[in-house]
Amino acid sequence: MDLTLQEVRHIAILTRIGMTDEDARRFQRDLSSILDHIRVLQEVDTEGVPPTANGADLLNVTDADSPRPSRSRDEVLANAPVREDDFFRVRAVIE
Amino acid sequence: MPPPAAGSLLSLADAAAGLRDGRHSSQQLVRAALDRIAAVDERVRAFVTVTEEQALAAAADADAAIADGRAGPLTGVPVAVKDVITTQGVRTTCGSRMLERYIPVDDAFVTARLKEAGAVIVGKTNMDEFAMGSSTEHSAFFPTHNPWALDRVPGGSSGGSAAAVAAGEAVLSIGSDTGGSIRQPAAFCGVVGMKPTYGRVSRYGLVAFASSLDQIGPFAHSVQDAAALLQVIAGHDPCDSTSADLPLPDFAAELNRGLKGLRIAAPREYFAEAERMEPEVAAAVDEAIGVLESLGATVDRSVSLPLSKKALPVYYIIAPSEASANLARYDGVKYGYSYTDGASMWDNMEKTRQFGFGDEVKRRIMLGAYALSAGYYDAYYLQAQKVRTLIRREFADLFSRYHLIVTPTAPTVAFPIGAVSDPYEMYLNDIFTLPVNIAGLPAISLPCGFGRAGLPVGLQLIADSWDEVTLFRGAHAYEAATDWHTRHPHL
Repeated sequence: MDLTLQEVRHIAILTRIGMTDEDARRFQRDLSSILDHIRVLQEVDTEGVPPTANGADLLNVTDADSPRPSRSRDEVLANAPVREDDFFRVRAVIE
Repeated sequence: MPPPAAGSLLSLADAAAGLRDGRHSSQQLVRAALDRIAAVDERVRAFVTVTEEQALAAAADADAAIADGRAGPLTGVPVAVKDVITTQGVRTTCGSRMLERYIPVDDAFVTARLKEAGAVIVGKTNMDEFAMGSSTEHSAFFPTHNPWALDRVPGGSSGGSAAAVAAGEAVLSIGSDTGGSIRQPAAFCGVVGMKPTYGRVSRYGLVAFASSLDQIGPFAHSVQDAAALLQVIAGHDPCDSTSADLPLPDFAAELNRGLKGLRIAAPREYFAEAERMEPEVAAAVDEAIGVLESLGATVDRSVSLPLSKKALPVYYIIAPSEASANLARYDGVKYGYSYTDGASMWDNMEKTRQFGFGDEVKRRIMLGAYALSAGYYDAYYLQAQKVRTLIRREFADLFSRYHLIVTPTAPTVAFPIGAVSDPYEMYLNDIFTLPVNIAGLPAISLPCGFGRAGLPVGLQLIADSWDEVTLFRGAHAYEAATDWHTRHPHL
């Protein structure tokens, strides 16, 4: 099954990955080929089989509900691309 | 004090004994590792960052600790860490432009454990971007070269960590394994590489790729050294809710118990029926099985794991799906590369990800988002999670009758840099290692001979969950009866 260019564009928006037309055509080819190979999974009979989310068999691991110091603002902001006072600066979300 | 003997960088046991007996100091040992890096890394390119200054300071501290009788299990020993694991104050790039200048404010759990044990971190090793790849060619910076043949790949994604140990640039190293990223490069570089049971080692500070599969583990020149390194990094950590709160065994407890009484399965899907298997690899592994039998193990070649061939599609749905969620955090706002000249907030975010990620990372994010999207979720993601249950059951059934499983680590030896350009062809490198991550099992790769062009072949042993003790026992018995692990590349 081939992905359409329109589907690739749609996934690019969902994942917020900018791309040129040439990129989109390349990803269309690559992703279509990978999807072709993984479609064999549909052949496996999984009627009545529960899904497994991870290999650890752990459920609902919770922390003690006790306060502890958080990171300092300077630590949190240490790698900020653009810092303004104690904030991450971004472009206006609503213009 | 004379300089460390040539072999001191090739064995933790030798390096530690030399430190204990005063044959060399940590400063000499670390200087020797840094000199080795200076001499060969221009060709091997195992390191993204060499932390010379910090390493020499840590070595001086280590010598003081040894003099005071405060030495830990790794005190003074040069260790390399894959650049996907955070190191406080030392940049952690993940092999990506996105994190090229990222300076963590914290040590990962394993980094802290290494430092507590006295290890001296000499640098951060190269890797496929965000650990997505099997050759280390997907590093955003440069490919790493196989120390056995510089025109070949070292495997991946932990190719830098494997190459650093193989080339004698560090005594030990740390990698991460999501679908074979420790074991396959260990096989390609002729060293020991081990993936512990899912949950054995905390991932706190490991940059997340596929959280239900990722696990941190050791590289070393011997099984005993790998067990010693795992002993240091394993254990429960409240900061990683998937790390198991279980008592920690002495991983080396049964190293010398031998193979008598062990029942080992050699599933046929991993041998004659395997795709693209090189005859030299098959021959080396067959010979290794003969050695296991001669040491008293029973090896059953008639067993089957019929769903093994479905592990690759299961992996390439689950891992990209989780990656698409994990990598959503790279938005150019909180840390990492940030494009700021766009027309809008969304334009900045899209260009940040366009220029910050390489193609393989983009492919996997998009594949995962597709598999999780409305209309495809049941057919892809949910179906993969159900087949995962069936794969786990197949392994559980086998481990009710056998102690270990033996397979080749990879179907081929290291291939030339640039030889594999099709993404799916690259994925086929990991057909023997992926099922292990899907089932959460521990496994090890160790040298078992040489194939085409004199390149190393790896033998994979797999054990039941939490049974690393038997895994190391089987691996050590084979290693003690052979001398493959004592051969080193000439650089």
